[in-house]
Amino acid sequence: MTVIVGYLPNKLGRAALQQAIAEAVLRGAPLKVLNVSRPGAYVDASTADAQELGRLIAELSPGGLVHEFEQVAEDDVAEAVLAAAEAAAASLIVIGLRRRSPVGKLIMGSSAQRILLEADCPVLAVKEPQA
Amino acid sequence: MDFFSPVIAGFGVVFQPENLFYCLLGVTLGMLVGVLPGLGPAATIAILLPVTYNIEPTAAIIMLAGIFYGAQYGGTITSVLLRLPGEASSVVTAIDGHEMARQGRAGSALGIAAIGSFIGGTVAVLALTFVAPLVAGFALDFGPAEYTALALLGILLVSTLGTGSTTKSILMATIGLLLAAIGQDPLAGTSRLTFGSDQLLDGIDFVIVAMGLFGVGEILYSLESLRGKSAPAPSVGSVYPSRKDISESKGAITRGSLVGFVLGILPGGGATMSSMVAYAVEKKAAKHPEKFGKGAIQGVAGPETANNAAATSSFIPLLTLGIPANATMAIMFGALLLQGITPGPLLVQEKPDLFWGVVNSMYIGNVLLLAMSLPLIGIFVRILRIRAAILAPLTILITMIGVYTVRMNVFDMYLMVGLGIVGYLMKKVGFEPGPLVLAFVLGSLLESSFRRSMRLFDGQLTGFFGQPIAATLLVAILLIITVPPLTRLLRTSRRKAEA
Repeated sequence: MTVIVGYLPNKLGRAALQQAIAEAVLRGAPLKVLNVSRPGAYVDASTADAQELGRLIAELSPGGLVHEFEQVAEDDVAEAVLAAAEAAAASLIVIGLRRRSPVGKLIMGSSAQRILLEADCPVLAVKEPQA
Repeated sequence: MDFFSPVIAGFGVVFQPENLFYCLLGVTLGMLVGVLPGLGPAATIAILLPVTYNIEPTAAIIMLAGIFYGAQYGGTITSVLLRLPGEASSVVTAIDGHEMARQGRAGSALGIAAIGSFIGGTVAVLALTFVAPLVAGFALDFGPAEYTALALLGILLVSTLGTGSTTKSILMATIGLLLAAIGQDPLAGTSRLTFGSDQLLDGIDFVIVAMGLFGVGEILYSLESLRGKSAPAPSVGSVYPSRKDISESKGAITRGSLVGFVLGILPGGGATMSSMVAYAVEKKAAKHPEKFGKGAIQGVAGPETANNAAATSSFIPLLTLGIPANATMAIMFGALLLQGITPGPLLVQEKPDLFWGVVNSMYIGNVLLLAMSLPLIGIFVRILRIRAAILAPLTILITMIGVYTVRMNVFDMYLMVGLGIVGYLMKKVGFEPGPLVLAFVLGSLLESSFRRSMRLFDGQLTGFFGQPIAATLLVAILLIITVPPLTRLLRTSRRKAEA
């Protein structure tokens, strides 16, 4: 009965986190924040800072929330999210969904698409809020 | 004015557009590799050795020198922001530097490190300008006997003073000497240790040893550390230290310059050791030693000043005596030899253009570094986001092409890959390649001067003690070998007596 959110330290990740917190509060379920970044470089923009994330969660859930944070270094983002969801017997996966052109999708493949198609539980896809 | 006219003429050399360009290129490259933890200045200079073939000697050495002292600036950045020392000489900076970054004072730490580095570097160049000709003048009378003793002392000091286990270092130095013996005997012409191979008859080229052990070895080793999690992208903020920061670090910068300059000259000293000693000195001198480890700005200013001063002053033994003081200088020695220049006491007189050009380029280089390092820190940090999957193959490719261009010989490429794997394994089990490369470089000098002095002394070893300078050096060598084990023996026996 866990809500899992794939988090990245950017606007989209923040939107996904906000939605996930709302869902977790609504369901009375614990929240698991998963940060997947690709290994192989000293610094990576997709790696979250644990302290900053803690502050963000506190800010977004004033009532307090049972949550845990896990950082995974893995090339295949979809695989990492799916594996974590299975391990935690998640009842919901929350992911951020980027708007992308057809060509971009063709070249890059889509982690989001794999999660949507292969997950055993419902998946909530959040889009970046338009300013 | 006799002394100053070549010095001033040296500035004329530096200000030639070509040399200025190579100076800028060198310090920029130096900063980049300084930032990258996997690639040190020794490895970079080794990899770039073949590139310098087609450049003028002065420009080539200006560039390589720039890489060396530029790396001392760059290494700080990752130490402070990520607690990931870019260079061995910035390891101690990480202690207080990173603590400062966590308190939101990353900018102050980086700013003071850059200012300290600039002052340390400039003070050391100034001192170098006056000390180097004196040492060179003194060394003019050196004969083969003195050089034998000096080379021996150099190898020994690097092995005993350097970081890591002495036994391991001496073992490495011995292997280095053995590798240097491969090929034809310089006097008799018989082949040694070639195992019947024609390829080995010419001996192993220094470039191959340096590129293999340092270049390929370090790249392979750094791949290991890149398998884990990446760090979050750091934020830098303002990089200009406050007036309070500066007044607090004044003393540290002064002491750091002195410590760095003196230790840089010593064989085996160099940037790494001087930064560690400077940190210890600051801790002792501080009014509040308890602040160290909790973000004391002196703990950044002292070591960072010292490592730059040492990087500069370690050129003194190389340029005046022809004895490299550390591994990076050993590679610089190789670079000079490749250009057909034998570093030594005659260099100041015979090639004043080169000597003063290189020395004076360090003033300019330090100014360039100060000007670049503060505003461009954000750009340098971006380098850390390059994936190893891109960087490593690219560097290996450049290295392979470089090795091939040395002699257009495919065998050399195999040899370098082999040495690269050996270098990787050595690092993995804690053997430093430094003493090996240094002994390899000094091996031929040691051999030729030893055999020449044996001829002079009619084959009598006692002849060495007839030469005052050589005798003093040899006594120093004896003391270095015998005193530490003896004191250890005394201490243990005393402890036994007490027990």
